[in-house]
Order: sequence, then C-alpha cells, then structure tokens
Amino acid sequence: MSGIAFPIPDAGVVARRDEIVAGLARLVAPDALVTTEDERRAFETDGLTAYRRLPLAVVLPSTTEEVASVLKFCNEHGVKVVPRGAGTSLCGGAIAQEDAIILGVSKMNRVLDVNFGDRTMRVQSGITNLAVSGAVSYEGFFYAPDPSSQLACTIAGNIAMNSGGAHCLKYGVTTNNILGVRMVLLDGTIVDIGGDALDAPGYDLLGLVIGSEGQLGVVTEATLRILRAAEGARPVLFGFASSESAGECVAAIIAAGIVPVAMEFMDKPAIQICEDFAKAGYPMDAEALLIIEVEGSDAEMDATLARIVDIAKEHGVQTVRESKSAMETAAIWKGRKSAFGATGRIADYICMDGTIPTGQLPYVLKRMDEIVKSYDLRVANVFHAGDGNLHPLIMYNVNDPVEAHKAEEAGNDILKLCVEVGGCLTGEHGVGIEKRDLMRHQFTEVDLEQQMRVRAVFDRQWLLNPAKVFPLEGRWLPDSEAA
Amino acid sequence: MTDLLQPADEAALAEAIAAAHAAKTPLAVEGAGTKNGFGRPLQTERTLTTRGMTGVTLYEPSEMVIGARAGTPLREVEATLAEKGQALTFEPVDYRGLLGTSGEPTMGGLAASNNSGPRRIMAGACRDSLIGVRFVNGKGEIVKSGGRVMKNVTGLDLVKLMAGSWGTLGVMSEVIFKVLPAPAHVMTVVLHGLDDARAIEAMAAGLGSPFEVNGAAHLPSGVERVPKTLLRVEGFRESIAYRAGELRTVLKGFGPADVIEGDTAAALWRQIRDASFLAEPRDAAVWRVSVAPSRAAAAMAKLHPTLPVRSFYDWGGGLVWIAAAPAGDAGAAAIRGAFAGTGAHATLVRAPAEVRAAVSVFEPQPAAIAALSAGIKASFDPAGILNPGRMTAGL
Repeated sequence: MSGIAFPIPDAGVVARRDEIVAGLARLVAPDALVTTEDERRAFETDGLTAYRRLPLAVVLPSTTEEVASVLKFCNEHGVKVVPRGAGTSLCGGAIAQEDAIILGVSKMNRVLDVNFGDRTMRVQSGITNLAVSGAVSYEGFFYAPDPSSQLACTIAGNIAMNSGGAHCLKYGVTTNNILGVRMVLLDGTIVDIGGDALDAPGYDLLGLVIGSEGQLGVVTEATLRILRAAEGARPVLFGFASSESAGECVAAIIAAGIVPVAMEFMDKPAIQICEDFAKAGYPMDAEALLIIEVEGSDAEMDATLARIVDIAKEHGVQTVRESKSAMETAAIWKGRKSAFGATGRIADYICMDGTIPTGQLPYVLKRMDEIVKSYDLRVANVFHAGDGNLHPLIMYNVNDPVEAHKAEEAGNDILKLCVEVGGCLTGEHGVGIEKRDLMRHQFTEVDLEQQMRVRAVFDRQWLLNPAKVFPLEGRWLPDSEAA
Repeated sequence: MTDLLQPADEAALAEAIAAAHAAKTPLAVEGAGTKNGFGRPLQTERTLTTRGMTGVTLYEPSEMVIGARAGTPLREVEATLAEKGQALTFEPVDYRGLLGTSGEPTMGGLAASNNSGPRRIMAGACRDSLIGVRFVNGKGEIVKSGGRVMKNVTGLDLVKLMAGSWGTLGVMSEVIFKVLPAPAHVMTVVLHGLDDARAIEAMAAGLGSPFEVNGAAHLPSGVERVPKTLLRVEGFRESIAYRAGELRTVLKGFGPADVIEGDTAAALWRQIRDASFLAEPRDAAVWRVSVAPSRAAAAMAKLHPTLPVRSFYDWGGGLVWIAAAPAGDAGAAAIRGAFAGTGAHATLVRAPAEVRAAVSVFEPQPAAIAALSAGIKASFDPAGILNPGRMTAGL
C-alpha cells in the first residue's frame, strides 16, 4: 500500500546520524541503544504492517530519568521522537520515520505498588495489559479495559490510544480507569499528572494526555483503578435471520434497563470465517449473531439471562445457546476472540474502527456492503453492538497493489459514512497515520486548529510523533500566530 | 452592577465573545449562577449567561445518550430521562443549599464544574459521562470535540479539558452525556459506632467485594450522634436483596448492621451528596478534600488538634467534606498541612469573598503543571477574557 504519505525526512538530521547516536550513547546504558540496521528493522512498523520506515535509532530506556535525558537531548538537537509500547497499533501510531528515533518503554514493565484497599495499582507503563490483571487476580481483582491485543499491548500504548475492549459498555475505556500518570515532557521535565485520588485540581490534563497518541509526552508510570471481579460471568449466543432484528434486540435490551457487560455482533461472513477456524458451534444459517454476557451470582445471571432471552424471542431469535459451563462459555467466546486471527488466515485484511450511533446500524451495514462490493472486495463485520464501535475487516491481497489500494479506498469510504451518520473515525484504535488524512471529514479547520494549539503547548516544534493524527498540510505553528 | 449578555443561540454567543475578545473585555461566565460563590471572586465588567440557550437537542434512549443546549436546566434533562427510566449516572451535587443560591442549575454549569456526587465511586465522574461538547473559545470561534457516540478517540480529547474548567477555556453551547438505566431499587447497609479509620476499612471491604457498592459514606460524631457508615447497592429488586445480604456477611467483623431503604434512605443520600450537614452555620467555610481513602483518617487525626472542624466522608473515604471557621485563611494552611504528603488536594467550596481572594481556592499546582495549564488557557483564550482568575490568578 502506498496511499498514505510520510513527511520528507529532514536530510540534515539524517546526515547527523552518527553524531546523534553518539550523543544518545552517552545518556543510556549500552544495551538500551539499538543501532544496527538489522535490529532497527524490528521497529520499522507496528500493527499496520503495510507501511514501514527505518528509524534513525531505537532507544529502550529502563528508567524515567533515562527517558528524560533522551527527550531533553532530542529537543535540544531537533530530533523527532516516535514513542512506542509493544508496537501493536492498528492505525500506524508507532510507525517510525527515517529522521526520528524510536523511544520504547517495553523494558519498563514492573508493577510498582498494589493497594487493594484503595483499589489502585501503580505500574511502569511498559507492562502488558494482561500482566496488569494477572498481577491482581489472586485477590479477585482485575483491570477493566481489555483490548483484543491485551496479551502483547502495553499500558503505555493503551494510554496513548485510550484503548477500549469488549467490556467497556459497563466498565468504560482507558480514560475512565486511570487516576494518574508520570510523564516526561519534551524538554525532559518529569511531571506527575493526577495521582491516586478520584479527581485532581485544575484542568483535566490527565484526560487530555490519555488518547493523545504520544504527541504530548512519554508516559513512564501510571496509577490504575482496579476492580473486584463479579462473582461470575456468563454469555448467551443468539442467531438472527437478519441484522435488523439483531440490532432491534440490542436496543430493546437497553430499553428494558439492562446493561450487559458485553454485547458483541458478528455478521454472516464473520460467523463463517470464525466457525471454520474455531469450531465454536456457531449457527451457520444465521445472518447475524449476538454474544451477550452478563455478570453476577448464579441466581442473578439466571434471572437477567431469562429476561434477555425473552426479549430476543420477541425479536424473532432463531438460535439460542445459553452457556451451562465454563467450557461452553469458552467456546462461545472462542470464535469472537479469534475473529481477527481467523480472518488473517484466509486473506490479508485491514481492520476499520469507526463508531456509529447504534440506531444507524441496519443502514450502515447495508451501505458498507454496497461500498465494499463496488470495489470488488469482501468484508466481514465484528463489532461492539452496545456502543456502536464497528470493526469491519476488509479482505484483500497484500501482494496485489491495485487491490490494496482499493481496500484502503473502501475503508476510507466506510469511515466517511460513519461520520456522515453522526459517528466518528475511530472508536478505540486511534488516528495514527491511517485516519490522519480523513480528519477534515470529522472536524472543521477551527476544531483542528484548537487541538493543534493545545498540542503546541507541549511540543512547539512538532518533534513528538509528528507524522500522526493531524493532516500533514495546514499544520498550525506557534510562529504562524501574529504575536 | 454589570451588563448581562444573554445570547439566544450559538451564533450570537460566538458574536458576543468575538466582540469581547476584540475589545479585551473580561466576562463573567455563568449558567444560572447557582455556583457563583465557588471559586475565586471575579472582577469583570460584564456577565455572560448561557440561560438563553435551552432545550434538549438529542435523546436516543436505546443509544443511552442525551444532548442539551448549555442553558437547559438539569431538572428538565432529568425529567426527560426519567420518562424513559434512565438517568445521569454521576449523581451531581446540588450546591444551592450550601451556597445559599437559587435558580435552576444548568447542563453547561454541570459540565463546567465536573460536578460528581456519591455514585462517582463506581459510575465515574461527570467528565466520564460527558462525551461531546460544542463551545465558543475566547476568540469567538465555535469548536466541537467528541460527539454523540460513547467510544470516540478521534483527535485530542478537548471534552475532558472543558469538564471542570469553570468557564475559563470556552463557553459551552451544547453538551452531550451518556446515560444509564435508572436504578430500579436501592438498599443501604448501615454500620454503627465506627471510628474514622475502621469505617474506611469497612467501606474498603464493601467496595472491594463483588457486590457493586455504588455509594460509601461515613458520618462521624459531630454529624451524627452515633457514627454511621453507609454502603449502598442499586439494581433489580431480587438482585439487591441478595447483594445487601452478602454485604452484611462481608462486613460482619464491623459490628451489627441494619438495612435501610425508601424515602428515609434516599433523603440521607441527598444530604450526603449535597453536604447538607455542613450548610449550617451559614458563615462556616466548607472544603472538599480528595485523597486516597487509606490515608484520609490519619490526616484527619492530624488536623483535629490544630483546627476545630466538622467533617464527613464520601467516596469510601476518598472525599472528605470539612467545615471550619471562616476566620483568617478559613483553615487553608491547617487542612493542606494535615494532608501534605498524602497526594490529596483541598478545594474551598464556600467562604467569604475576601477569603476566596486571599487563599488558593483550588490546590496550588507544581510549577511545571501550572505552566502547562497557563499555556492551555492561552491556547483557548489568548486575551484572558473568560472568567479570568476564577480558578487561580491568571487562569
């Protein structure tokens, strides 16, 4: 693919590479600096593998102080910095550039403190999402946001992208589950934003930093809210003859005052792909499938599921499969959780991430199908039905440049559709480079300029993750404002 | 005393602010003015109110989202939601009793003060429910951020900056909130006679249980004759009866427990929400201190010998409401001193204007954070005309 432009590398910085590497070598331990071309290759892309750029160098510090000295150096020498967690971004948020260093936090992966009484824990930001929950599960606690990549992705990346997951209908996304961060500013200043209380004085800088895609600073530690897990969780699986009736069923459940912990939707192509792979026993005759999970004691779950099943029956559900055991629960979830992997087995795909008002679902599904067919491609749909966050998987052949280009175009059309019906370009993956050039479809120039003016408070020179989020042309610079 | 600007729509709002920007005229920004005594006193020539911009703009019960123009009374939105059995989740404080103000609090004021009550502990703060805003910045430009969908990570999250910015960054014209089904039934487990430290342990045990406690408050002696510790559960009837029962088992080490429900219990939670216990005497200064619950009781034990106060705890001990005599600094140094080193911050909610002008109403910030905040203020309101000095001198 080649549709997305990168800025022309700063030849002056590239020419000074040896000098910059030597400067960095004086700041960090030898094993923290990656300079050979072979090793740098491992950092040239992320989860958006169609794009790659070889970084100038890679620095993997072990302490906040090392991060501070590296940022201070880069700021003073005009070297761009691309922060990186595990490099699982699906929108190219961590893709390198030739005139930038990668600053990765993956070595800073320790749990620093757990306080069950206050229901908080402090971690270094390079710890993986799953390891966080793993560290508190022995007391029955967990950390709520659960992106699909949770085995690999880091808290640093979750903070950068304000990651969600399947359970955010009940528990919220990253920004609702973080109380404080330690962050290094571009000039090397170390700041604590928020803390371990439920609110902080002054402007909500924490809310601004979360989801800022590595443009405001580098987060090295975070204080997370942890929750006591419910007594139990159990899903039910529904097969419907049409996506309209599945969508109406979701609306009716909410109207009845029930907020399940998860409501996942799959369309027919997704059902087939997942069933072929996972053999989860999904109904192959269904046009749409819902997995709805509730939590509580056995008696509470029985009661809530009975109400949900009644509602589904009123909406013409064809297949009802209630889990009666941990094994059945695992089977029901197995297909959904393997959706991306299973799709990847049969084709290359790009995973879109728009959000729509759920009432627009039938219309959007129909229009998406038309869009993708008009490009002669196929799409499978998996999404979080309760919150309208779509994940259409557009399948194509990565070795066919024409088809790859068509897939990108189809994806762009779908995201524009999401905005048209009142939604947004990205629900949980972030803008990165992937959706950067679509930002003007969602925002006016004034909207974007206000965001860029805020960005400039943290980074006047566009050194931090500079090729991301904002369209390359029309960027606001502090100097462009008459004083 | 001042000219009142009351734009009828967003375009007129933008025009009014653009004119004030051009003339560098400082504006006091308010909704219904029910929280006017909160924050540092303003010295402005004109007042701009959002009261002229009213009405629900969007309500989709099946999407659990409601939008309203900034001047819409909260009461109207709550009534609209109640018709469909839904509610705002964060149980906003009604400050009128404490501040002695009248009028109907507005949706814009709610967002601008990031106003969250007891349920914040489980359901999140006002800022967590606020998913979209439209506002006019200090240059008179109409800006939007967020939207009507609850999952949205497109661009920088200016919604969060607007929440709790007390009208100093922009004047909101429309706010969009996510909502939830209103709780069908409520039960409160009550423990008796615990000291502050034990009460906080009890609340931690309840909040750390799987039974979804969504309110946890402690009323010490001075507020109640015999201290009361309250833990609230909400939901479907069968479910909360079970949960309240299980909770009593979890709490059995803290002495005998009762269960209360109905109007008495609801009234008690309203008093906790609104800090009604501290409304009298009218001249007492009132503070809110946010702190990690495990450090609250020790800090209060440190405070008591230095300053006569009445106080109670919400948020499982994470929020301490304190009333102190208004003389001198209204207890600022003593309170901030007692909580020093705990990561807490104290906000002066009520005090005479001269006290609010002299002490930091909001906890003073480290230099680097203050510099970022000043930069953000300038990026929204370069001429410094919107509620200048309401939060700190300069902001």
